[in-house]
Amino acid sequence: MANIISDETIDYVGILAKLELSDEEKEQAKKDMGNMLDYIDKLNELNTDGVEPMSHVFPVNNCFREDVVTNGDDRDAMLQNAPDMKAGSYKVPRTVN
Amino acid sequence: MDITKMTALALGKKIRQKEISVREAVLASQEKIKEQEESLHCYITLNTEAALLQADKVQKLIDNKSLTGPLAGVPVAIKDNICTKDILTTCASKILSNFIPPYSAEAYINLERQGAILLGKTNMDEFAMGSTTETSAFGITKNPHDTSRVPGGSSGGSCAAVAADECFYALGSDTGGSIRQPSSFCGVTGIKPTYGTVSRYGLVAYGSSLDQIGPIAKDVTDCAVILEAISSYDPKDSTSVKRDSYDFTAGLVNDVKGLKIGLPKDYFGEGLDSQVSESILAAAKELEAKGAILEEFDLGLVDYAIPAYYTIASAEASSNLARFDGVKYGYRTEDADELHHMYKKSRSEGFGPEVKRRIMLGSFVLSSGYYDAYYLKALRTKALIKQAFDKAFDRYDIILGPAAPTTAPKFGELVSDPIKMYLSDIYTISTNLAGLPGISVPCGKDHEGLPIGVQMLAKCFDEKTLIRAAYTYEQTRERV
Repeated sequence: MANIISDETIDYVGILAKLELSDEEKEQAKKDMGNMLDYIDKLNELNTDGVEPMSHVFPVNNCFREDVVTNGDDRDAMLQNAPDMKAGSYKVPRTVN
Repeated sequence: MDITKMTALALGKKIRQKEISVREAVLASQEKIKEQEESLHCYITLNTEAALLQADKVQKLIDNKSLTGPLAGVPVAIKDNICTKDILTTCASKILSNFIPPYSAEAYINLERQGAILLGKTNMDEFAMGSTTETSAFGITKNPHDTSRVPGGSSGGSCAAVAADECFYALGSDTGGSIRQPSSFCGVTGIKPTYGTVSRYGLVAYGSSLDQIGPIAKDVTDCAVILEAISSYDPKDSTSVKRDSYDFTAGLVNDVKGLKIGLPKDYFGEGLDSQVSESILAAAKELEAKGAILEEFDLGLVDYAIPAYYTIASAEASSNLARFDGVKYGYRTEDADELHHMYKKSRSEGFGPEVKRRIMLGSFVLSSGYYDAYYLKALRTKALIKQAFDKAFDRYDIILGPAAPTTAPKFGELVSDPIKMYLSDIYTISTNLAGLPGISVPCGKDHEGLPIGVQMLAKCFDEKTLIRAAYTYEQTRERV
């Protein structure tokens, strides 16, 4: 069954993805996502009842370590890449009115 | 003698024997790059002056015997999603077009310790999302065997650079075939190691549960030595595995007597080019003549690997790429007066179409209401695919098949149709879902002179057998 992606869905996914699409991009995205989901729907042919979802091929557990600082103070080096900064901090546009 | 045609190990030996200086080797590579880059465009960033300074530094360490390893002084190219301290690392994306990492990836640090000289950072599909290197924000790379064709991807720049002698070896990354498929298209050798073998620290994440860094080189021996050099247990990568053995060069043995090789029938069916098929089967026959036992079998589930892969990889990508927000590094839009608007505009202007496509798909399959139906379904499929391989490896030491369904296509042929492009990874993708090690080795050319690669897979942590089979095969054919 063909997946029809609505304007509402694309707008909602745009919010989740933090992407602002032009009208043209939205139309393309609706088409592309519909096609991909049609393709992915093939998985429904498979019976996966009772199969545990596998996120990692090896049993990966949380890796704990002592909370010991091993790196130095790299603040200036890190800030070198900042698009904008002020007084040793990242500067961003207005966040509240 | 053209130095640049040597293998990494042959050059390393000449350097240790003082027949070639490190500076000479670097200059030879740089000359080659100068001659060909305008046409091929393997690199995004060249490290020209720093490489010469590094060469002199490494030469001293070789002279005073501080550096004695096989790769000391040998120039390398690194894929541009692997962080190199103080050297531009863009992921072939506008959003990282100005990113200079304050640290290096663990795999690269391991190479530096061996005395590697960085020639530059190679072109790739943006964020490794693509199969042709055409999604790069910095232009295409051309296949050195035919410049009207793609080099494959996403490690297209690395593979083309090795094929064109613009470096002695390279590092790439493989999430769904991004080392093995372009290696096949470019006629070079590339290994995707068992998941967890090479640290992902400093590799810009795409699909974290699938990504592995691996070597791309001129032959199997080089690949084994490089893999040994870059592999390490790294507490900084929480999925790094402490392996019992890192002695990959022990697999460089010319003998496959009694080795059981399975040929999955599903890999030789519809969609496979007949010349590729012939060439792969001829490679299998060579191994049989050397004493291996061949058997056809049904692997199963091949048609489900790509849909499962794109669901999982896109989901992980949508989460991993959330960090690109224009605050701490990378591109920021010029016109935004409010924080959320700034995030959205920076990302929308910074990411290319394929990356946006995958972020959107990933966000969708993870969204409430669809998570179970799509994401968990894909993870369940992944479990079944892993089981199918486990079953196959109960019977076989090696699984052998093509690395790609065709030889290198022309520009525009794949990238214009996403699903067609995804299908070019059909033989490589399930390997990543199952965490297995795989190699692509050149095994011939089609009627147009385009390289074909045979892919071999082994069970997890059995790179030694993988390398043995690949090395033995390589000994049966002429040097390419």
